[in-house]
Amino acid sequence: MSERFTKGMARNIYYGGSVFFFLIFLALTYHTTKVMPERDHRENITEAVAHGKELWEENNCIGCHSLIGEGAYFAPELGNVYKRRGGEAGFKAFLNGWMKAQPLNIPGRRQMPNFHLSDKEIDDLAEFLKWTSELDTNDWPPNIEG
Amino acid sequence: MNTLKYQSQAVAKPYFIFALILFVGQILFGLVMGLQYVVGDFLAGAIPFNVARMVHTNLLIVWLLFGFMGAAYYMVPEESETELYSPKLAIILFWIFAAAGVATILGYLLVPYSTLAHYTLNELWPTMGREFLEQPTITKIGIVIVCLGFLFNLGMTILKGRKTAINMVLMTGLIGLAVFFLFAFYNPTNLALDKYFWWFVVHLWVEGVWELIMGAILAYVLIKVTGVDREVIEKWLYVIIAMALISGILGTGHHFYWLTTPEYWQWVGSIFSAIEPLPFFAMVLYAFNMVNRRRREHPNKAATLWALGTSVMAFLGAGVWGFLHTLAPVNYYTHGSQITAAHGHMAFYGAYAMIVMTIISYAMPKLRGIGEANCNRAQVREMWGFWLMTVAMVFITLFLTGAGVLQVWLQRIPESGEALSFMVTQDKLAIFYWLREIAGVFFLIGLISYISSFWVKEKIAS
Ligand code: HEM
Ligand code: HEM
Ligand SMILES: [Fe+2]
Repeated sequence: MSERFTKGMARNIYYGGSVFFFLIFLALTYHTTKVMPERDHRENITEAVAHGKELWEENNCIGCHSLIGEGAYFAPELGNVYKRRGGEAGFKAFLNGWMKAQPLNIPGRRQMPNFHLSDKEIDDLAEFLKWTSELDTNDWPPNIEG
Repeated sequence: MNTLKYQSQAVAKPYFIFALILFVGQILFGLVMGLQYVVGDFLAGAIPFNVARMVHTNLLIVWLLFGFMGAAYYMVPEESETELYSPKLAIILFWIFAAAGVATILGYLLVPYSTLAHYTLNELWPTMGREFLEQPTITKIGIVIVCLGFLFNLGMTILKGRKTAINMVLMTGLIGLAVFFLFAFYNPTNLALDKYFWWFVVHLWVEGVWELIMGAILAYVLIKVTGVDREVIEKWLYVIIAMALISGILGTGHHFYWLTTPEYWQWVGSIFSAIEPLPFFAMVLYAFNMVNRRRREHPNKAATLWALGTSVMAFLGAGVWGFLHTLAPVNYYTHGSQITAAHGHMAFYGAYAMIVMTIISYAMPKLRGIGEANCNRAQVREMWGFWLMTVAMVFITLFLTGAGVLQVWLQRIPESGEALSFMVTQDKLAIFYWLREIAGVFFLIGLISYISSFWVKEKIAS
């Protein structure tokens, strides 16, 4: 770098540039949070959905699964599991059967623990996953397998 | 022999030692998980995958924090040309942080996670159960308190001493680390908002303020081992971190493509994150340039090797592997696949694990009263560790990338109905996972040889 480009100039670019782009980031964040309600359908967050999210967190489901692509990559994506496993007609029954069948104990197969949830709790978890599957995610995932 | 310029720098030593102990734990749990990937029921009752994963990633974050703190306690007195404000506070905080960390890890291992959540009253202020932020709320509060005490101690030291660019950049990075961690306490019921602000911790750490910390440590070590003029090095430092923040802040958008967020993030995120590799590339040029222009032959060859190595591996892991999946049309197919895991591994190792080992390599001989550098035999052993770990990480990344490409090909690209399911796809990837596990064993051997170098002494001529 030429001698005319001094440390002071570099420092000013650093401070000026970071502050400038941070402000833009804040402005975009503000705008995003304003328009998100149309896409996340927060009006559909019932008590059951809220409780389902708590159960999702307190059992650390994210430690094996991904949810809309974030989390672990050891077990299937669950953001769209509601649609993959029966939807309105069959998902609740599926999830209840699934949770109670764990651990499957198939030798060599990856194992999901049993979390000893009640029917009510499994139902709330299902409501949370249903709500999640209805988020407008710009068409992600590319197909039903997640 | 006393080789420290300022006696209070000595508080860095327990931080560094503890960091390395946690690093070993991290790798052991990584190997457990790597095996569970292919032998699904391995230890499934005793250590379920999710538990091993929490231990693996939380140990990583915590050991890096210990490393950063040790680095700061070592560097700041020398840069400020004054003793640390309160060495006693630094030691007290060390024990608090270490105890809280150990207790949390034991909690993960000994009781079911939901029990831990109830014991720690998660329902009062739920923050648990989110990736990387699994710690009980009380632990999170402890982390904040430790950070505040730490920043206070450093701030008071800098206030009474010299204010160099390295000091200021390091402090800004550390303050940013603490500030963005506060978003860990925001956990709205609305998952979309929860995820949006979760990235304020995760992304703005690794692609924002942590880069300042890395830049400051690298600059410090380069000044020491090359003897190049401080003005030159600090000018580069500013240029690099300017590029890092200018690209990295709006680069957060690469996590807002599929999140109930407006489409413009696909443009903003793609464009700005595509610039993010630049500062990492600049770091490579800078590190090699300064070492070539060196004005002294520093006896600590290992530290120089780490400094060069971290710049290259950070560029590969963050820059190249990050760019690979950062453009929205690519990310649509790769999001949350093994490609993500490949990138996460090489980036964290190259940028942050290696920068911490750089400062440890430079500082430990002085902290231990050995002198400027370890004896030749110890350095050779340390460099074996460097090469084994680094080459093993290259292979881990390549195998995971292979798995990821095949996963995308089988599971993501075909239409619904044609695409293989997640679990069927995983079976097809087994060979890559076995190879990754073997590379992981080499990584562990590298780590053992690195750690063993601390006990290697010169052969006494008979
Ligand atoms: C013996 C070596 C290692 C093995 C076998 C290993 C294995 C694993 C496995 C199986 C996962 C979970 C992936 C999933 O969610 O399905 C993981 C996650 C992770 N590991 Fe490692 N690991 C090793 C070393 C390291 C090292 C050295 C680092 C960094 C310095 C590291 C950083 C991470 C990170 C950041 C994640 C989370 C990745 C993400 O969320 O994308 N690991 N590791
Ligand atoms: C040292 C710096 C970096 C570190 C430590 C790092 C680490 C990580 C980790 C651990 C994840 C996974 C997060 C999760 O669990 O969901 C991730 C995701 C990602 N990173 Fe980085 N990263 C770094 C720099 C970069 C850079 C410079 C780029 C772009 C050029 C980049 C692009 C991405 C993208 C696009 C994702 C999302 C992947 C997905 O959609 O699944 N990263 N990074
Ligand atoms: Fe990112």
